[in-house]
Amino acid sequence: MLKQTEGSHAVAEAVALCRPEVICAYPISPQTHIVEGLGEMVKAGEVANCEFINVESEFAAMSVAIGSSATGARTYTATASQGLLFMVEAVYNASGLGLPIVMTVANRAIGAPINIWNDHSDSLSQRDCGWIQLFAETNQEALDLHIQAFKLAEEISLPVMVCMDGFILTHAYERVDVPTQEQVDAFLPPYEPRQMLDPKEPVSIGAMVGPEAFSEVRYLAHAKQMQALERIPQLAEQFKAVFGRDSGGLTHSYLVDDADIVVVAMGSVLGTIKDTVDEMRQEGQRIGVLGITSYRPFPLDNVRAALQNAQRVVVLEKSLAVGIGGILSTDVRMAMSGLQLHGHTVVAGLGGRAITRKSLRGLFTKAISGELGHLTFLDLDWNVVNKQLERERTTRRSGPAAESMLRDIGVVAARIG
Amino acid sequence: MDKPFAITLDPGSSLANRTGSWRTSRPVYLDRLPPCNKQCPAGEDIQGWLFHAESGDYESAWRHLTKDNPFPAIMGRVCYHSCEGACNRGQLDAPVGINSVERFLGDEALKRGWKLTAPASESGKHVLIVGAGPSGMSAAYHLRRLGHQVTVQEAGPLLGGMMRFGIPKYRLPRDVLEAEMQRVVDLGVKVKLGSKVDNILETMQDGGFDAAFLAVGAHIGKRAMIPAGDAAKIIDAISLLRSMEGEDKPLLGRRVVVYGGGNTAIDVARTAKRMGAEPLIVYRRTREKMPAHDFEVEEALQEGIMVKWLSTIKQAHESSLTIEKMALDSKGFPQPTGEYETIEADSLVLALGQDVDLGLLEGVPGLEVSDGVVQVNANMMTGHAGIFAGGDMVPAERNVTVAIGHGKKAAKNIDAWLRGEQYVAPPKKEVATFENLNTWYYADAPKTVRPMLDIIRRQSTFEEVQGGLDESNALFEARRCLSCGNCFECDNCYGVCPDNSVIKLGPGKRFEFNYDYCKGCGMCVAECPCGAIKMEAEEI
Amino acid sequence: MSFQPVHFYQTGTFTVGNRLLSAEERSVQANVERTNSLNSGHRACQGCGEALGARYAIDAAMNAARGRLIAANATGCLEVFSTPYPETSWQIPWIHSLFGNTAAIGTGIAAAIKVKRQKGQMDDVRVVAQGGDGGTTDIGFGCLSGMFERNDDVLYICYDNGGYMNTGVQRSSATPPAARTATTMPVGPEPGNNFGQGKFVPAIAMAHEIPYVATATVADLRDLEYKVTKAMGLRGARYIHILVPCPLGWGAASQDTIKLARLAKETGIFPVFEAENGEVSGVLKIRRPQPVEEYLKLQKRYAHLFGKKPAVETIARLQAAADKNIRKYGLLDQEAN
Repeated sequence: MLKQTEGSHAVAEAVALCRPEVICAYPISPQTHIVEGLGEMVKAGEVANCEFINVESEFAAMSVAIGSSATGARTYTATASQGLLFMVEAVYNASGLGLPIVMTVANRAIGAPINIWNDHSDSLSQRDCGWIQLFAETNQEALDLHIQAFKLAEEISLPVMVCMDGFILTHAYERVDVPTQEQVDAFLPPYEPRQMLDPKEPVSIGAMVGPEAFSEVRYLAHAKQMQALERIPQLAEQFKAVFGRDSGGLTHSYLVDDADIVVVAMGSVLGTIKDTVDEMRQEGQRIGVLGITSYRPFPLDNVRAALQNAQRVVVLEKSLAVGIGGILSTDVRMAMSGLQLHGHTVVAGLGGRAITRKSLRGLFTKAISGELGHLTFLDLDWNVVNKQLERERTTRRSGPAAESMLRDIGVVAARIG
Repeated sequence: MDKPFAITLDPGSSLANRTGSWRTSRPVYLDRLPPCNKQCPAGEDIQGWLFHAESGDYESAWRHLTKDNPFPAIMGRVCYHSCEGACNRGQLDAPVGINSVERFLGDEALKRGWKLTAPASESGKHVLIVGAGPSGMSAAYHLRRLGHQVTVQEAGPLLGGMMRFGIPKYRLPRDVLEAEMQRVVDLGVKVKLGSKVDNILETMQDGGFDAAFLAVGAHIGKRAMIPAGDAAKIIDAISLLRSMEGEDKPLLGRRVVVYGGGNTAIDVARTAKRMGAEPLIVYRRTREKMPAHDFEVEEALQEGIMVKWLSTIKQAHESSLTIEKMALDSKGFPQPTGEYETIEADSLVLALGQDVDLGLLEGVPGLEVSDGVVQVNANMMTGHAGIFAGGDMVPAERNVTVAIGHGKKAAKNIDAWLRGEQYVAPPKKEVATFENLNTWYYADAPKTVRPMLDIIRRQSTFEEVQGGLDESNALFEARRCLSCGNCFECDNCYGVCPDNSVIKLGPGKRFEFNYDYCKGCGMCVAECPCGAIKMEAEEI
Repeated sequence: MSFQPVHFYQTGTFTVGNRLLSAEERSVQANVERTNSLNSGHRACQGCGEALGARYAIDAAMNAARGRLIAANATGCLEVFSTPYPETSWQIPWIHSLFGNTAAIGTGIAAAIKVKRQKGQMDDVRVVAQGGDGGTTDIGFGCLSGMFERNDDVLYICYDNGGYMNTGVQRSSATPPAARTATTMPVGPEPGNNFGQGKFVPAIAMAHEIPYVATATVADLRDLEYKVTKAMGLRGARYIHILVPCPLGWGAASQDTIKLARLAKETGIFPVFEAENGEVSGVLKIRRPQPVEEYLKLQKRYAHLFGKKPAVETIARLQAAADKNIRKYGLLDQEAN
């Protein structure tokens, strides 16, 4: 059913259609609208046989999820930013125990300085936590990915993060096609756990494993993600058969076949990039776009295949590996290994900084003309940065950097005196 | 379930880890010797029979008891129960009333008509027993149980010996005595009453006996050299007590002086009191030095019997006595002071000890007599092969319980000797001390006091002074037993082992250790209430 | 109604069982068919109070739940010694997740069970979450409080041995004053752990007004089993705090584990009581009062109090704390006062 609705609510409806059995909720922007929506649906009795638990922290949220998932319940939670970091220990634990929890990450920056707006620092910080990470480009895809995520998670016994850009998607009202219960039921069978806590067949879950078997356990976690690499495109096919839409899969290619330059990115910014590419295509530029849907497992082969005919790659990412540059770029460059390509990392949109078509156009133009460096911070205010660097060079007690810079750009009133 | 590798494990898998290899010392179950058993002159397994009584199985308790002593109803009345003095519970609150439970069992057996177990087979050997007192009848019982023919020859007219002629009936009712004697006779023991043995060797030869046990009581009262006028009435205690058993009660007069400080002196004084006299005990030392048992002295004093301490009798007159006062010297011995006084007395009873008539032993080769008693070796045998002796006849403390113990010990030795062997006692077990116990686990339960006969009736009648326990308080009293050194299946070891390495074998079968997993922490030893487990160093 | 001892002379209800008691009057531990939830072969130290306490508690819970029980376990000694790959000592469905989230794991399990029962896919399975004092009173406290506040249907059992024993005997918020640990060494002007205001989690649990809170020790098995059984008969959040002496961390002889727990109770150092809906409803009275020295001197962690110059003042402060417990909880019978 087509409806105009908020992204968060669309996701809440999708999760509800997946017949979740336990939902743990702890508020953090910009994820809150999702669990609020679910909470209301559960309380109103619209989601049968579901426990909605208001926990006391994200750490507890993931922990409750671990407990319920290990007892065979289809389990869902959502978080973002600091919340994700607060639950990190449990995040690793959930994947280590092979529990198919599905969690929405409404991507948001990480402080300090505290910032509630969108970038990908939070889920990318959990790159190696053992979870599958799927990035939605649109609200429709966010909705669809949740349905696929439960199936994927439960089939291979691994937890899945569905990542969607905070505010940009979560709070945007768009037209989405909400499937019927029958469609979802046809696609997603009831959860059949590989193992569970059951007095009829008691097992000890979570043993202490020493050097004699730890590497094997870790390899098996990797092997599962490799299985996911095969399974994700198949599920997208199945999904299309039931729902009639292309959603999910490992990557989305857009005009890459003849492209000299390919822009690689994840999430909602792909829309802006594609608009820019469309404009530049009309002007005759051979430019294409590669969207990464599955960040973990990372589809090295697909990325390589998409890039092999290009001469130049620009990885535009909403994240920063401080001290080296890109996070996504590192993985993309690994996929490019052996290919003779110029690679560029562009860090953009941190903490909610708008990525405009104008900036992108300038950026891509520079790249095509070979003027772009290896690492670029899109739309960086050099004036502010240089002032602060100068202040720190000259004054020992230079004060808090963020506040000083805000004062420089006039956002905060200057201190009296 | 297709379980994830290594992270998920199957139950029971830890059994592959044999933690017993950690152990440097191991717990072992043992039966220690309870102090009561160690103390008992009759060799009773007191803890053993209390164990059955604790469960209310009085017949099993009685049968266990009578394996060692066939006279619990008598014992429960006249035994001085030194076991209770040794009882570890005494260090906790008050000793277990062993004696009262024993009496309850004895009375219960008489009430229910329980019979002693007859021998399984006959040996064909024949043993003569001289004397039907506690020692002789005890030996008769044990020998009979071992399958030997037994003939008891008794000079007196009735069974019981000193139990009848030396113990007043207010302490031991005669029906009780007779019933327990008869039960032994019923096992097929031949008894010849009024049949004094004058020459043991002749009697043995005439009767074709293979062995003999001499158990003649000390029936001859010792006389002291007291100058006395012709008219003075002087009688010895044992004759007095004996005459109480006959038709003609002795005439003592109103003022009866009893000379002596032993249990017999007390018995005589209390007997005189019941005959209407006003007895006065004269004793040369103090109450603390008195050989009579304190509880008997206390009972006598309660009944109104007077005692003149630190006094000796110098002379007896028709109706008075001359007394010299004594004083204890630095070593505690009484010394004359030269101070005299006169007290009125219609009669004087001498309770100064007794001797045994050893006339039957004259001319027996190898037999050695000294200090008025027969010398025996560790096997109770006299210097003459095949002739054994016990009770008052041999050097030992003289009381019923000791005599019964002699009878049992002699029987075992006679049995071995008849088979051409020598009896070897089983090795002595280590004693269960108070320190071996963990008394936390015992319920706080003070001793049950037996009912006492009303004081007025005690002064005027020969009714039994001390009553028995009823069933419920006998059970209570039995359960006060700490079962020192012997497992009573409280399940503590089974419960407190952090490694589940104690196997519970089921009712009556106790427990065993599973050394595959026992780490040797010693908690079972520390928390065993009764000290029935100990640690032994592991041989590594 | 508080703990009712069986009226039975000889060993009363002090021993684990007794041949003279009927089967139903004996403890769960006396039963040859007890679950042995924590099986032989575990790697706990000799005389481990926690291994003992865990078997006592979980066997009782299994008995009450008729075998339908799931346990969540915090990181710590109990977890490490019971489930090193490839061997587990647990005979029941059991999960270890993390150090600080065990109460929340319990919540999750309970939620799943509730849903599965609604769907007719599961029996009435009950949930126990358990951990040591570090995993309960320190790192796991947030999740514990959350579970209490929501009144989730979980029985949480804390095995309190007064420190982080698994990591080598460091101080926790349950470490008693003056005790030596690796992070509160007996040096300087105030040797051993500091005298703080204490963090007695049973009292904090009571402040949540959850249906049931109780303390127990491994020395009073019948009381412990009664409390676990009672807790299992209730719904909602329940908390039992069990004192489990640690021979390693306390510097005590392995055979003295139960003795020390008994002395902790008999001295008043560890009050044994129960509370319903936030109010104390029963107290296990002191039976044979003892001065605190009797308890302290058996433990090397207090050895610095008993050197050539005994720390009389420190001992007096510890005695005062015990006396306060005795007053506060009414641990002595009137006639014994």
